[in-house]
Amino acid sequence: MTEFEKRELAIRATKVRMGIIDSTHAAKAGHPGGSLSAADMLTYLYFKEMNVDPANPKDPDRDRFVLSKGHAAPALYGALALRGFFPWEDLMTLRHIGSHLQGHPNMNSTPGVDMSTGSLGQGVSAACGMALAAKHLGKTCRVYTLLGDGEIEEGEVWEAMMFASNYKLDNLVVIIDKNGLQIDGRTEDVMDLGDLPAKLTAFGFGVTEIDGHDFTMMESAFAEARETKGKPFAIIMRTTKGRGVSFMTDAAEWHGKAPNDAQYEVAIAEIKAQLAELEGK
Amino acid sequence: MADVRRSDTRAGYGRALVELGAEHDDIIVFDADLAESTRTGMFKKAYPDRHFECGIAEGNMMAVAAGAAAMGLVPFASSFAMFAVGRAYEQIRNSIGYTQLNVKIGASHGGISVGEDGASHQCNEDFALMRSIPGMVVLCPSDEVEAAAAVKASYEYVGPVYLRFGRLAIPVFHDESNFKFEIGKGEVLREGSDVAIIATGLMVYEALKAAETLAAEGIDARVINFCSIKPLDREMALKAARDCGRIITCEEHSIIGGLGEAVSAVVAESGIPCVVRRIGINDEYGYSGPALALLKAFGLSAENVAKVTREFLGK
Repeated sequence: MTEFEKRELAIRATKVRMGIIDSTHAAKAGHPGGSLSAADMLTYLYFKEMNVDPANPKDPDRDRFVLSKGHAAPALYGALALRGFFPWEDLMTLRHIGSHLQGHPNMNSTPGVDMSTGSLGQGVSAACGMALAAKHLGKTCRVYTLLGDGEIEEGEVWEAMMFASNYKLDNLVVIIDKNGLQIDGRTEDVMDLGDLPAKLTAFGFGVTEIDGHDFTMMESAFAEARETKGKPFAIIMRTTKGRGVSFMTDAAEWHGKAPNDAQYEVAIAEIKAQLAELEGK
Repeated sequence: MADVRRSDTRAGYGRALVELGAEHDDIIVFDADLAESTRTGMFKKAYPDRHFECGIAEGNMMAVAAGAAAMGLVPFASSFAMFAVGRAYEQIRNSIGYTQLNVKIGASHGGISVGEDGASHQCNEDFALMRSIPGMVVLCPSDEVEAAAAVKASYEYVGPVYLRFGRLAIPVFHDESNFKFEIGKGEVLREGSDVAIIATGLMVYEALKAAETLAAEGIDARVINFCSIKPLDREMALKAARDCGRIITCEEHSIIGGLGEAVSAVVAESGIPCVVRRIGINDEYGYSGPALALLKAFGLSAENVAKVTREFLGK
């Protein structure tokens, strides 16, 4: 990946972060922490990795994305708006009555959303169903799903992992946003996830663990996923919850609340400064 | 009433799936380690490449089916009623109901007639759970012929459908050569104006037998089959209320949240003077035993329907 490309992705990810802060502030609710940790990977997916067309969001041969950690909807909406699936201004209607941007993704209201999610553990199962169906139908499209590290405490996730492995879903990529925090605290304090790569390997996955804010590492991880045949692939992305906003960084309290007006001014100023620096202004 | 052929409604499910599978490539079947019992094993045998085992993991199976439906396939996801809708209720609600994805849930072993397995496996709450999901169609066929027809109608219908089938072999009284099934439509099996007995599932035949007994005593009972519990045939229910003034509902399900409550709500809101009595499982668990003995013990028999009717009419 060229330095130019990396910078372009970083600029876009910063804009997605701006969308997260703007939209959750306007909504007076939402989940900024886990959205900010996922902003870089969603930007990479929608601008580099996935074969999607905003002009034809229902293209039967498109790649599919399922946001299993549905509460990171503000990050998904930011990436979709930036990619051109709907106007950027729509972000300011997040969670408002009548908005197509529901608190958690709704496939029937928002262009570009492939599956309704929000109840943790179900998205990865749906992604398995999509990957199985794609193979059954002889389609070459790929299916991506993003899970939170807290989310994988749900038993259904491991049912889905067994299923993916049993059916050799090598068209499926499971991404885990390992920001180390969940609502009640650190994951190791709430429910220790143990040796995650070993668990995924034991469930039959090809596994790699990378820095979830590093686009170069993402490029090689997704390439490895594509080259892996006969089994599903998992990418554990080590991330920082609240990344991009100083007072939200690595803070569990910012899992599920919106910034007030004063906090918003600080947050948006920080992100604007990051954007100006990236754009060389 | 003369003795007739007996079969179980799950057999109608398996047969219809095989017949549909021959015509439609987009049908696939998911199972949770119960393919032989749910009778989807018939489909598995006929079309092994379109049958997918999910293992004992019903929650995952339902959301997998949702994902497959999102890709344009028409999945039938099967298990026992208890585990299909009990274990996986929230997956059905959020991944199938809320999305309105085209998934058909084929649940066998509904009701107390599961028999010897006992209360843990006797699902008397499935109508209540599935009726409460917006946009979910809820069907409970009364015999093997209606079961097959309901499965075929479910395939033609686009959207989520819950189908409840039974384990017990029961009389087949519909004639397949002239039987027409429509989702949302009831079926008047016997005219009468003293009382209307509205039944679903295996209670339909019991209601018919009860009506025959009552007729000999001078009681003229209308018998209505409501396979379609949701949507409910409101017009037919209200006509029964108007014509008879008394309705008895019969279901192999809790009296809470099932057919009886659905009919009662429609009648109560209509303003038509009509009293409704509900026959069903009275807010209690079942227990192990032969199916027929259990049905008798819980009042799910023609004899009890006749008895309740006499009391109701003060005769």
